[in-house]
Amino acid sequence: MKQIRQELRRFVVTNFLLGEDGDGLGDDASFLEQGIVDSTGVLELVSFLERRYAITLEDEELVPDNLDSIRNLMAFLERKLQPAA
Amino acid sequence: MCGIAGVFDFDGRPVDAPLLRRMIGRAHHRGPDDTGVHADGPVGLAHARLSIVDVAGGRQPMAGRDGSLWIAFNGEIFNHVELREELRARGHTFSTRSDTEVILKAYEDRGDACVRDFNGQWAFAIWDARRRRLFLSRDRLGVRPLFYAHTGRRLVFGSEIKALFGHPAVPRELDLRGLDEVFTFWCPLAPRTVFRGVEELPPGHSMIVEASGAVRITPHWRLDYQAVAGGERDPGEAAEELRALLVDATRLRLRADVPVGAYLSGGLDSTVVTALVTRFTDTRLRTFSVVFDDPEFDERGYQRDAARFLGSEHAEVRCSGGDIARVFPDVIRHTETPILRTAPAPLYLLSRLVGAQGYKVVLTGEGADEMLGGYDIFKEAKIRRFWAADPGSRARPLLLRRMYPWLPNLQRQPEAYRRAFFHVEPADLASPFFSHLPRWTLTAGLKRFFAPAVRAALATRDVYAELRERLPARYGDWPPFCQAQYLETTGLLPGYILSSQGDRMAMAHSVELRSPFLDYRVVEFAAALPPSLKMRGLDEKHLLKRAAAGLIPPAIAARPKQPYRAPEAAVFFGGSGEDYVAELLAPGRIAGDGLFDPAAVDQLVEKFRAGRAIGIRDNMALVGILSTQLLIHHFLASSEERSEHEADPAGASSVRRH
Repeated sequence: MKQIRQELRRFVVTNFLLGEDGDGLGDDASFLEQGIVDSTGVLELVSFLERRYAITLEDEELVPDNLDSIRNLMAFLERKLQPAA
Repeated sequence: MCGIAGVFDFDGRPVDAPLLRRMIGRAHHRGPDDTGVHADGPVGLAHARLSIVDVAGGRQPMAGRDGSLWIAFNGEIFNHVELREELRARGHTFSTRSDTEVILKAYEDRGDACVRDFNGQWAFAIWDARRRRLFLSRDRLGVRPLFYAHTGRRLVFGSEIKALFGHPAVPRELDLRGLDEVFTFWCPLAPRTVFRGVEELPPGHSMIVEASGAVRITPHWRLDYQAVAGGERDPGEAAEELRALLVDATRLRLRADVPVGAYLSGGLDSTVVTALVTRFTDTRLRTFSVVFDDPEFDERGYQRDAARFLGSEHAEVRCSGGDIARVFPDVIRHTETPILRTAPAPLYLLSRLVGAQGYKVVLTGEGADEMLGGYDIFKEAKIRRFWAADPGSRARPLLLRRMYPWLPNLQRQPEAYRRAFFHVEPADLASPFFSHLPRWTLTAGLKRFFAPAVRAALATRDVYAELRERLPARYGDWPPFCQAQYLETTGLLPGYILSSQGDRMAMAHSVELRSPFLDYRVVEFAAALPPSLKMRGLDEKHLLKRAAAGLIPPAIAARPKQPYRAPEAAVFFGGSGEDYVAELLAPGRIAGDGLFDPAAVDQLVEKFRAGRAIGIRDNMALVGILSTQLLIHHFLASSEERSEHEADPAGASSVRRH
């Protein structure tokens, strides 16, 4: 999970352009509230998750509860990857 | 059209003519036909002339009242013929046919209030030697630019900021607050500019400067939607009235001693203007269009249809992504502000075509979207409000998808996110800026690229609160549709559409723009219309379509509105790329200039190089950062390099700085 956290952070930092190391991006920071993702960003994030973790996201999974912070993403991925593990 | 510049020294030190010549020389493109200066002790006026009306008799600066009044004037007073007759009847005599002399006589007759009689687009300065005061004024909607700076005990002013910078006392520094506004509203809000100490006289205002240095700035006109409360109007009658007004507004705008052309975008507004000229006057018209290689932006089919239907002689300029990248440095030298879209660049190429064909004046359809309800932002706000009234509805937000069929991302956007991006929560509904929240929030996200020091300097600033302070007292009483119109008409229209996309691009090649939709009679008529006549259901510019029925090709009347767009930031990375892009965006350069975060910019550049940048925000960020860097290069670099650059009007194709 530690590795996943790092991968997610790296994706968010480089794709949503937070500078050197995304200082100040806490695990609980809301991507929406902080203006980190725009409408395109959500799609970029989803396609990254699908590609990197070989999963498919259903429409009803595309909600902020699953996708809106590093922590939400980790929790979501943990559930999503469980059966395969 | 023309350019003006001037100085007023409150300590009585004489202004010297060479300085005035240097200032106006920097705005030479605005008036290549003639240059004049007038120095009268502590006051100096300078003028660069583009001869359009009374080519022989209209030289400036022009004297009046036995030499005790002097004027430098940029623009047109379209009703000068009628005003001259009225003034003659009141005993005034005229020695020229120029509208400049009409302003002087009108000022003699009515003083500062004379501008209320003007139907036109103007920025002028009158030196009243008897009263020892300077009177500056700008047209109602801000078609013509006018900037000023107080430096010590002195006022320096001019049509362009670069003319002010010709005066050694005017500081050259960026104002972070102006930058903050660009990266929220897409433009600084007058009187602010992106340069510290340089201000813009707001549209519809006059400024009186006394010899003591005392300054008074007052509105001579205000946009107001109070009359909407008057109730329903018969649509047929309203359409007829609008058509008659537009015919007259167009007729006045054909007044010139040189041939007049028209832009044809392929959309409703410019086609209507062209139709009014060909149907209601004897003028044989030349029309001009931009065509794009990329079919996503190209509208040549509609443009050619319109030209054929209206029988105009038509010319096109082709615009590729490479063209945009090549001219972009010079575009920014003219906009004098950072911009977030490349859209001005094709208009720069278009005015070059017009100028090369020997035309100095073109009619455009500018203003129709603001006055008569054409913009997507109005439609979007209407749908969002409709959705917010029943937030649980699944059907209502689908209207947004139908509205933007060309945005694939929106089609796929998760439902739960759409709510957040479109701001339909109860708190959003209560905002006076409801209509503009999605645009402004999206744009403000770009401030993430600011360097930490810049972000810290702006951290306590609330641009929304400042704007809220400036709203008219009765703003809250107006229908939401009119509130959105007000924000567009007083914000983006003068700050970007009429300047960065309008006057500045046209004047770069000595071309004057005139739009019948900006005639104040049309504006006031439209402001009094009930919103249902502007956007009927989701049919934008409903009344204009009705007024134009039968005048324009049916295909153009029926087509859905396509916003004017140009190829975006990927053009800066196509082919071998332009050298200046890599230089200005290099981490060392970004760090040295200090405005942006070098690592974040580097990641953005990488994203573009890898072809991964697809979103609106990435595009706006890249164009905004690059144009800011160009602005620094053009205006804040050391004076030696600046003069080198000024000798190279092709732009910063090779950028060097230490």
